[in-house]
Amino acid sequence: MNPSAAATVEAIDLTRKPRPLEVLVQGSMFLAGMISILTTIGIVFVLGREALLFFQTDEVTLGEFFGSTTWEPQILEFGIWPLVRSTMMVSLIAVLVAVPLGLATAIYLSEYASERARGILKPILEVLAGIPTVVYGYFALTFMTPMLRSIFGVSIVEIFNVASAGIVVGILIIPLVSSMSEDALHAVPLSLREAAYGLGATKLEVSLRIVLPAALSGVTAAFVVSVSRAIGETMVVAIAAGASPRNWNLGKDGVLTTILNPFISGETMTGHIVRISGGDLSYNSIDYNSVFAIGLMLFLMTLGLNLLSRRFVARFREVYE
Amino acid sequence: MSAGAFPKGAQLEAQINRRRRQGVYLRLSFLGSLMLAILALLTLLANIINSAFGLVALENAVSPAALVEEIGLDPAGSALSDLSKDDLLLVLEGNINNNVGRRLEREQRFYSDSLVFETQTKWDEICAREVDRPAGCSGDVRGRDDVYALVVEQIVQPKALETWSLIDSVLHRSEIEAAAAVSYPDADLVFRSWLSMDFVTSPQSPKAEVAGVRTAVLGSLWIVLVTIVFSFPVGVAAAVYLEEYARDTRLNRLIQTNINNLAGVPSIIYGMLGLAIFVRVLETFTSGAFLGAVDGGVTANGRTVVSAGLTLGLLILPIIIINAQEAIRAVPQSLRSAGMALGATQWQTIRAHVLPNAVPGILTGAILAVARALGETAPLVVVGASTFITTDPSGPFAKFTALPIQIFQWTSRPQDEFRNIAAAAIIVLLIMLLALNATAIVLRNRYARRV
Repeated sequence: MNPSAAATVEAIDLTRKPRPLEVLVQGSMFLAGMISILTTIGIVFVLGREALLFFQTDEVTLGEFFGSTTWEPQILEFGIWPLVRSTMMVSLIAVLVAVPLGLATAIYLSEYASERARGILKPILEVLAGIPTVVYGYFALTFMTPMLRSIFGVSIVEIFNVASAGIVVGILIIPLVSSMSEDALHAVPLSLREAAYGLGATKLEVSLRIVLPAALSGVTAAFVVSVSRAIGETMVVAIAAGASPRNWNLGKDGVLTTILNPFISGETMTGHIVRISGGDLSYNSIDYNSVFAIGLMLFLMTLGLNLLSRRFVARFREVYE
Repeated sequence: MSAGAFPKGAQLEAQINRRRRQGVYLRLSFLGSLMLAILALLTLLANIINSAFGLVALENAVSPAALVEEIGLDPAGSALSDLSKDDLLLVLEGNINNNVGRRLEREQRFYSDSLVFETQTKWDEICAREVDRPAGCSGDVRGRDDVYALVVEQIVQPKALETWSLIDSVLHRSEIEAAAAVSYPDADLVFRSWLSMDFVTSPQSPKAEVAGVRTAVLGSLWIVLVTIVFSFPVGVAAAVYLEEYARDTRLNRLIQTNINNLAGVPSIIYGMLGLAIFVRVLETFTSGAFLGAVDGGVTANGRTVVSAGLTLGLLILPIIIINAQEAIRAVPQSLRSAGMALGATQWQTIRAHVLPNAVPGILTGAILAVARALGETAPLVVVGASTFITTDPSGPFAKFTALPIQIFQWTSRPQDEFRNIAAAAIIVLLIMLLALNATAIVLRNRYARRV
């Protein structure tokens, strides 16, 4: 540009102008994002504080909490194991139901089903995922329990039992397992499948020996998340698994007849929280604090599992994306 | 077959056939698993319908026709259910004792300008009280349907002696009729749909035969309203921040990871957070005390619609953020560049180009999140849903119950008739969810065509 032309054009100020609205908007949106951090801090603080108060009382020690197998707040016995036992039993049964069914469903949808069939079948699974858990609770109590009782006998299966709740929690998390596994199977590159077909493998061999192992980290992630969901599931167990902690004694009770018996009742961690806080709970009582100690344990367990599953997901992303 | 040797001829054919057969079997078992999942869904629905309809042996304490006759009308010409509010009140006045009447009037008035059971002087006196001022002194007047529900509940008192499921009622009707005639000679055997207009419009009641879900449905709607008002703006703002403004700093990565982790926290933990923060710490605000909006001297101690709504708001916030982020990410980069190139500031570009294009995705995600909130039960129990209230929630600072809570409580009762109304309430809940999901689908399709 020559100097004479530049003189005729009015000089434009190109320095950055302060724009208060922009700053305000960006600032308030940042604050909205920070609410999520505050939520986490809130959860950790609230659970931690009340749990600390619980362990500071004279009635309970950490050793008793993790060592005793009797949970009876009325006589100030706070051993977490009866609640953990039921939670673990429900989760185990749920995973035994959900992982094989969910994985097989995912393989079918990803490897076998036509586009049209997928278009019909996937929304049906989404309906299954969209039904509120309290409805599953009703299903467990009014359908699954009577069915189990008619199969195994009324004297063996109690009205409230862990098996019924576990099976129904399993049904509830099938869609979760299948959609996560399907994502993982789908991410396996087509070239791997084609290479196997080129060597003469059948469709089944490709699915089970090539695609599934290649997607293993994603499938493992689905498995871990399903355990976490089952542990945190509340309404089904609150309705169908029983409303009092099932205390046990390692010396006296048989392992198979009592402790690992899926047909007897047993209140889970989540079920206990709901029952105790559903009544008129006075603040700062030992009951109130004990519920938060259980909540903290529940939070740490699910958080650990969720973090673990994220690592698995990150691994299969790294390999194929 | 020796190791390393490739099978030939008949051996090869046998091997291939075996592998193909294996393929067919396993393919069938994969399909079978899928069908089993679908079968579970169908069984669940069938089980609910099976309980929501069916034969029931009903016994009335007083026959409705006798009541109509009592106030001088012809029972052949007008049924009890068709009477006007004035006539129904005549029936009520004539058949319940004055103490019960006064209690009902103190809960909620019958007329705005006159009293039915109380005397004016006594009424003025109790309403002037500072403490224990009854709810009836302020608030709405009972409607006709409400009075009808009272007449049925207090006077007619239908009692279900035994109920049968839909399948039994259809397949074994004659046997049931015979058995009922022997066991309950005074009862009427009627086919009852537990889900009915009366069920939807009646308030809660301790008697299953006359109970309804109006209180619970209104409670759910109030809670969801608070949830949306809180979590939608905050969620969308957070998503815009993360997608449009956030640079790759440690803090922003932390926010993102944190949101993903929050989505996996069990819902009951949110309930405990709500109990400790909204119900206890912020009681002054959530009980409405700071506005002086305490209803008739009765506070709900922070166990209010607001606390419940905010708790569910925090619960669905990560879902809304994640969905909105995906919608915003799907807006083509060229739109942003075009806006910026024309000299728009970043916020102008977002407001005029990015957000309008992301709206269908954001709304669909938000509606699905709201559907999740509508079905949540556990956090509401922990936050402190009232176990029994018959009056409709009057605002954000009222005590609350919600439809899933109602289902939970009815399911937990051992009597058969409560299972029946729990099933009917489930159908109401599922219809509400279906409506929400249908809205989401319609929205998506409408906007998808335009873009």
